[in-house]
Amino acid sequence: MSQSQYVQSSAVPPQVAGGQEALRARDIVKRFGAVTALNGVSLRLQKGEMLGILGDNGAGKSTLIKILTGFQAPTSGQLTINGEDVALKSVDHARELGIECVYQDLALVPGLSIYHNMFLNREPLRAGPFRLLDNAQMKRRAAEALEDIGVNIPDVNEEVARLSGGQRQAVAIARAVYSKAKILLLDEPLAAMGARESGLILDLIDRLKKRADLSLIMIAHNYAQTLEVADRIMMFQHGEVTFERASAETSVPELLDVVRQNYKVVRGGA
Amino acid sequence: MSAHTHKPAQTELGTKPRPHIGKRGLHGFLRVREASILVVAILLIIYFESTNVNFLTDANLQTLSQFISPWVVIACGEIMLLICGEIDLSAGMVFALAPFIMYFAHDAGLPLIIAFILAIIGCGAIGFFNGFVSVKLRVPSFVVTLGTMFLINGFTLTISRGFPVDTPNDGIFSFLMGGGYAEITWAVILVLFMHGMLRNTRWGLHTIAVGGNLLGSAESGINVTKIKIGNFVITGALAGLAGILEASRIGSTDPLAGGSNMMFMAVAAAVIGGTSLMGGSGTIIGGLFGGLMLGVLQDGFTINGINAFTFDMIIGAAILIAMVFNIHFARLRNMGKLK
Repeated sequence: MSQSQYVQSSAVPPQVAGGQEALRARDIVKRFGAVTALNGVSLRLQKGEMLGILGDNGAGKSTLIKILTGFQAPTSGQLTINGEDVALKSVDHARELGIECVYQDLALVPGLSIYHNMFLNREPLRAGPFRLLDNAQMKRRAAEALEDIGVNIPDVNEEVARLSGGQRQAVAIARAVYSKAKILLLDEPLAAMGARESGLILDLIDRLKKRADLSLIMIAHNYAQTLEVADRIMMFQHGEVTFERASAETSVPELLDVVRQNYKVVRGGA
Repeated sequence: MSAHTHKPAQTELGTKPRPHIGKRGLHGFLRVREASILVVAILLIIYFESTNVNFLTDANLQTLSQFISPWVVIACGEIMLLICGEIDLSAGMVFALAPFIMYFAHDAGLPLIIAFILAIIGCGAIGFFNGFVSVKLRVPSFVVTLGTMFLINGFTLTISRGFPVDTPNDGIFSFLMGGGYAEITWAVILVLFMHGMLRNTRWGLHTIAVGGNLLGSAESGINVTKIKIGNFVITGALAGLAGILEASRIGSTDPLAGGSNMMFMAVAAAVIGGTSLMGGSGTIIGGLFGGLMLGVLQDGFTINGINAFTFDMIIGAAILIAMVFNIHFARLRNMGKLK
């Protein structure tokens, strides 16, 4: 297997300076009937680190996200979060443990205001017997949350349907960060976005990286952008990790070489 | 945007600032979806009052309120369903069945109020069945409720043997359910209650979320199944309540009451009032105004002696115009052309 030279050992990834482990996944397997979406994936995320995961469509990136967010259970394998072995029971359970995800579809509701979206399914209620929404509190805290990550949207009453792609992304990220995320998963945050707006989102991600209490995993397919922003790179191909290295020690040509080698293996071998 | 550029570490994603409140005026009013349909209804009232002095009399207002009330009560449920992306075609048949459940329960010796509660629970159970088959067995609700529409109609005709019965009557209950303006009072109270629920509770917010982004709502941890089935239950119960209100007013429980025409008028009131058939947006107050407009049209044409066929053509045109208007009005708003 020619790709093995690139995998330094998926069980023991290279250490990033300082800190403890935020997340560890060991030998995660996920099968859907006869299809194996993930075939023994292991990864480790240090506190405060940003891990970039690259791969083509069908490489297993989305399945990994669904497992890390508790949306689906793995067929086998073990997750360890903050040093404790856990089996995630639901999205809510993962959230309690500080795992948040900004999905590619952003999970925003176009017909609702920014502040309602920011508190979707976590709405604060007013005191009293009627369990009414505390809209005033939501507006205030939504504005604070956006300001906190340095995003300037003048009016939190605006319907999400009227926002640009970058604004929506920023709202989704602010929502995740505000909900006390310790591990934040970003699923293709720069997909379908123009150069100017993706630059703004990369700036935003840079600011998030400076938070010592936040660990990030970014799923992407743009090698250059991911190398620029991530501390460490993992590459997924057909449900396996085929490459892993600190961003500083690799380059776009090397990543492309891995992909090329791997295609040769798949087409020649299987 | 220039007002914010002094903050260097900010990501500038701002929209243009909105115009000042004073400048918004008419446009601000038109942004409230419900307002435009209320204006149409009021113009129609003025028109009919100017062409016929009998329009705004107590007797005619009672008649008008009796047209509108059942549509509006059923529309309250249908709007919740339409918002979360579903529909209930069986509501008009549940409307006819409910007073029979009450009649038979009362006939078996139960107090009327208990019989009433049983009937509402029974109609809620039909709603649950509609919702369960739609959501859990993944049959589109249009098809599921098309099936239950025929099924319930046949059931009502069977248990009644096709003949009307006298609605049970015991003074206070009958006054509360069937007095002169009782139906419209119920309708307005329900509209206010349901409007508050849609705008100010988690249930309402999650109903909009489920219709606007089903997968996203599930990813946010919203129990999508519970929201959808719950709204089917609400629709069933409200359709049953509307049927009992009508049967109490008339004093007779008719197996041929309601029907699919009743259900379609409720859906028409919802759509004309600004609820989208595509899900994700809607308004309960708008349903009241939509029902008011339809009622004023029907009543006004009746007392002016215009033929029922013409009325159907006008309702058809009104629904089409309302839908075109809604879709393109929403598009303009989203493009920021209307502020």
